[in-house]
Amino acid sequence: MYNGQQIKSNGNISFDKKELAHYNRHLIIPEFGMEGQQKLKSAKVLVVGTGGLGSPLLQYLAAAGVGTIGILDFDIVEESNLHRQVLFGISDVGKPKVEAAKHKLSEINPHIDIHVHNVRLTSENALDIIKDYDVVADGTDNFPTRYLVNDACVFLDKPNIYASIFQFEGQVSVFNYVDSNGERGPNYRDLFPTPPPPGLVPSCAEAGVLGVLPGIIGSIQANEVIKVITDVGDPLAGRLFLFDALSFITRTVKVKKRSDNPLTGDHPTQTELIDYQEFCGIPDDENGNNDINEITVQEFKDKLDNGVDIQIIDVREPYEYEISNLGGELIPLNTILEQHEKISRDKPVVVHCKAGVRSARAIRQLNESYGFDNLYNLKGGIIEYAKQVDETVPQY
Amino acid sequence: MAKIIIPTPLRKFTDRSNSFETSSNTVVKSLENLVEEYPDLKKHLFDDEDNVRSFIKIYVGDDEIDPLNNGETSVDEDTIISIVPAIAGGSIN
Repeated sequence: MYNGQQIKSNGNISFDKKELAHYNRHLIIPEFGMEGQQKLKSAKVLVVGTGGLGSPLLQYLAAAGVGTIGILDFDIVEESNLHRQVLFGISDVGKPKVEAAKHKLSEINPHIDIHVHNVRLTSENALDIIKDYDVVADGTDNFPTRYLVNDACVFLDKPNIYASIFQFEGQVSVFNYVDSNGERGPNYRDLFPTPPPPGLVPSCAEAGVLGVLPGIIGSIQANEVIKVITDVGDPLAGRLFLFDALSFITRTVKVKKRSDNPLTGDHPTQTELIDYQEFCGIPDDENGNNDINEITVQEFKDKLDNGVDIQIIDVREPYEYEISNLGGELIPLNTILEQHEKISRDKPVVVHCKAGVRSARAIRQLNESYGFDNLYNLKGGIIEYAKQVDETVPQY
Repeated sequence: MAKIIIPTPLRKFTDRSNSFETSSNTVVKSLENLVEEYPDLKKHLFDDEDNVRSFIKIYVGDDEIDPLNNGETSVDEDTIISIVPAIAGGSIN
């Protein structure tokens, strides 16, 4: 049966002497051989996200000889990336991730083509970018992009190699994979029909990740990409691999297709990409936090310098407060309603977190539940304060 | 005694325990037993109508359980019940 996703084994693809030396240990695996290596060279893989997962993933895909690799990320390398994003070194800090990654990968394997996409993946550009690739590997760090990648892969008939991490735990699966019988496997919406609403577990307040975990999970993800391309072995389609680095409990559970999947169920209701920020219940950045009061870090500093009497509330977690703080009163977001009586009503109150998202959420909750009208969200949080006002405040 | 595996994101509500042993005899009763022991966990696991939230999967062994349809599936002392939440990554803001 014709399978549109299949990478063709192309007899015209040849390797020069240096390439043959580079790929020697692949070529001598009987199940893999020249045909497997030719499929890798023919393949075009887009890696979405050049972070913890993208680092091992890109390095192994490049080293293995995937002929065309697309790198998509809009971020720059920061020091806080370096404990897990082993693709980058200290000299890369401040550079666009895609450029630093391209430089490193070119050194790992000069025989491949690397395309960079220094953009944020959006509903507007996703189809246009993904359409030129055979396989997509999702190594992003947020729910809106995960649903976007999933949906775009379904609409474009691309296999989506999924991996996700949280603190000590990892998940891997292969979505939207069409097997040799033409049977299409489940996708992310079959596994999780909807994302957690903001404020429910797992919330960003408890995030963070053990540095070596993405190395383990991203390597497994790379392995699945290579299996899908070469048609060697059984891809993790219809299955979800779970890994707990603390207990070392590993499980592989089944993923079933859902009849109510809005894209691939019995009665599809969604035929195009949607607003994924809205789908995930996240306020649109561009529209800002129009419903709450905001204060910039400079305005905040001016008030402090002028001796204005303001209360500062820090809604982060205690471990973040330990790293750096602005001397505010620590009331973590998930206890903010219980501790509302600690918040002043007769003077301005500046509420902050790391980057401004949790504090906006805290203010909304307080305004709605207790009718506050004197709360101001510090735009960009303590990170923006550290960048613009006081460089001695540690960033993390 | 069936064993429930608690995923990392929910351990905050189980005093960091990564598993819970229960003598309940069905999947649903086991989960109810879990949230009785750890009440703070309840709103993260169940919605207002006491249905398991749509971003959390329940597995017995490697098979998915839909608590609405086969939540009465019996469990015994060798049963492993897994709670699997959607996770997205390590970024904080």
